[in-house]
Amino acid sequence: MDQMSKIVRTIASLLIVPGMIFGLYVIMHGHLTPGGGFQGGAVIATISALFIVAYGERIKGILNQDVLSLVESMALLAFISLAFLGISVTFFHNFLANSGKIFGASVSGVNPGYLNTGGIIPLMNLVVGLEVSAALSLIVLVMYFSSRNEVVKDVT
Amino acid sequence: MLHNIPFIAVIVLIAIGLYGVLFKRNLIKIVMGINIIGSGVNLFLIELGYREGGVAPIFTSAPKLEMVLPTPQALTLTSIVINIAVVALMLSLVTLIYKHYGGIDSEKRRLKG
Amino acid sequence: MTLIEHAPILLIAIPLLAAFLTPIVGRVNSLLRNFEMIIALISIEFLAILLSYDVIRNGIRTYTLGAEIPGLTSPAGFPVRIILEVDAMNAFISLIASSITLIVAIYCLNFMKEQRILDKFYTLLLLLLTGMLGLTLTGDFFNLFVFLEILSVSSAALIAFYVQRGEALESAFKYMVISSVGALMVLFAIGLLYGQYDLLNMAAIADSIQGSFLDKVALTLLISAFLLKAGSVPVHMWKPDAYGEAPAPVSVLLLTSALVSLYVLFRIFTIFAINPVLLGWILAILGILSIFLGVSMALIQNNLQRLIAYSGIAEIGYIILGVGSGLVEFPSPTGFGFTAISGGLFHILNDTLDLGLLFLIAGAIFYLTGKRDLSIGGLAHSQPTLAVFFLIGMGAVSGLPPFNGFASKLMIYESVYYLNPLLAIIGILGSILMLAIFVKVFSAIFLGIPYDKELRKIPGSMLAVMGILALSIIFIGLFPNLVLESIITPATKALINPKNYIEAIL
Repeated sequence: MDQMSKIVRTIASLLIVPGMIFGLYVIMHGHLTPGGGFQGGAVIATISALFIVAYGERIKGILNQDVLSLVESMALLAFISLAFLGISVTFFHNFLANSGKIFGASVSGVNPGYLNTGGIIPLMNLVVGLEVSAALSLIVLVMYFSSRNEVVKDVT
Repeated sequence: MLHNIPFIAVIVLIAIGLYGVLFKRNLIKIVMGINIIGSGVNLFLIELGYREGGVAPIFTSAPKLEMVLPTPQALTLTSIVINIAVVALMLSLVTLIYKHYGGIDSEKRRLKG
Repeated sequence: MTLIEHAPILLIAIPLLAAFLTPIVGRVNSLLRNFEMIIALISIEFLAILLSYDVIRNGIRTYTLGAEIPGLTSPAGFPVRIILEVDAMNAFISLIASSITLIVAIYCLNFMKEQRILDKFYTLLLLLLTGMLGLTLTGDFFNLFVFLEILSVSSAALIAFYVQRGEALESAFKYMVISSVGALMVLFAIGLLYGQYDLLNMAAIADSIQGSFLDKVALTLLISAFLLKAGSVPVHMWKPDAYGEAPAPVSVLLLTSALVSLYVLFRIFTIFAINPVLLGWILAILGILSIFLGVSMALIQNNLQRLIAYSGIAEIGYIILGVGSGLVEFPSPTGFGFTAISGGLFHILNDTLDLGLLFLIAGAIFYLTGKRDLSIGGLAHSQPTLAVFFLIGMGAVSGLPPFNGFASKLMIYESVYYLNPLLAIIGILGSILMLAIFVKVFSAIFLGIPYDKELRKIPGSMLAVMGILALSIIFIGLFPNLVLESIITPATKALINPKNYIEAIL
């Protein structure tokens, strides 16, 4: 498929900004509102899909399969490492919660939604968001080229 | 009766999905069938957690404390993620099968194990 | 913090970590990647041995994810977190799974050398191990579903490893359709149970289960889904395709995952224990049907891996025949029921060893000749070691005396005979037919005029792991009591006393 007209390409490029901001907003508010890493990552991945539609074959110069799969592996590794960090107590132990450090403020009950809470949950949302956006972009990209058998290995 | 309508929808969705998996020959329709079964099961899980008059289980500016159960929603989210992985894998298999045989009709296959 | 306290979660977390580390390390150096993978697998094996030893000596061990103390299972009177629960039974299964994966990984180092995308292959191998160990160790229904799907996705991708072959793609698709419908039915059943009891923990549900109509529906769905994953008779059709088209070492892992699903099936049977007599009879009859169909279909196969796959269906039949006839005596199997169940569990171990050895030999033959069918002939002249290994595997799988298959099959026959003599007779006939089939295979592949083409050498590591399997077959065959007393009897006791399993959580 060839690339689409200049109007479409320009609008797609412009849409990066609101798309990214919305995706990051969903990821960063994952511990307060419905949303989180997966949903935000999916929002970011739609931008990749939009780009693939707009730019066609030229997408090869913009999105790189190798880089995407590296980001995916790194993010998964970071997720597992975060879980491992709590192992002095138990695996997945939320060692940052209520500690007063980053994301460590303590809350209870109905509140207006403080961002600085949740312990390691926001961090995990962040890496999951990275992982999902990379993985879904990779899926869309691979299915677009469908040249070889890329294997889906993300089960969050 | 009115309470049961979501459950009837679950049954209908699962039945449609099973029909697609069992009786359709087009491989992509089979994948669609599996996705529809998945949606039915997800709807079922969400419906299990519903409590009369409950709000979404979010403490941020919650108007009241009667909430629907959060656990089924977490389960549903996980199962949606898994479904995406499954469907993506199956669709890529279908792509490869199409390339190999030049068609996606399940009747023209060799394996009849 | 002690190592043994955290062993249950480390068994799941280490393969997961290694799986995601593999593609990154593989970018740097493939030798380093192999080294990393083998180190991870050896440490898993070590942990599994440690855990089994501890559990058999000190009783059930639980692990709560994210809690303040690993053993804190139910702070509010009912379990709310993800809980892993290990007793002698799942320790036994996790030991089998981790050992077989280690063996297969060592075998793959040379077998798969010439393939591309090996990073992805090893990642999937480790994810498959994660799925198996998670399915084994989890005490929680929802994680059961998650690990089941990890298992299905990674094994489907591994079945389709030879992407240039259309049949491999088809069988992977078939496997994926069947197993994802099965997994969704598991999720539906979990929903049914959750809707009634507001619980997800298996032990806690088992404690409060009423046996209502919906419970029976849920259990039927669960049991059929796991029978499907195990590949017993009415739902065996994916098995020959998948085992036949996957790379041979992957077939060994698929076989192990079928046995892991059987474990989950038995666990669900015993802790819920709704109408065990009827279910036991159903299992025994399905077992007989599997034996019958497995051997009769193996008779006419022309592809070695497909043939072994059909005999694998028959072996699964022996296991569920043994355990099913033991369950007829539930809830207090003492006499023949105990022997039947321990024979069935013993056969789980023997089945992995025997069929694993045969699959690895089939892989070695494919490595040498590039052929999957039986039209080879005369391989024994150039490969005498392989022929000896095949003879050992053949004797074990058909239950001849000095090998391990004899010990477990004898236990199954003599206890099933008390239930119904006819069942035992059909079982023995199945074994005899199995011997006939494999003698035919042996003469077709190894005997006759020498194979004319120039053959390459089988690498030492491949021969070594096959040798380890063959030696353990002979060792277990010579000293069955040693294995029975040290592992199988505690596992059987853990399986038939579900009260301990339930009370460890509540």
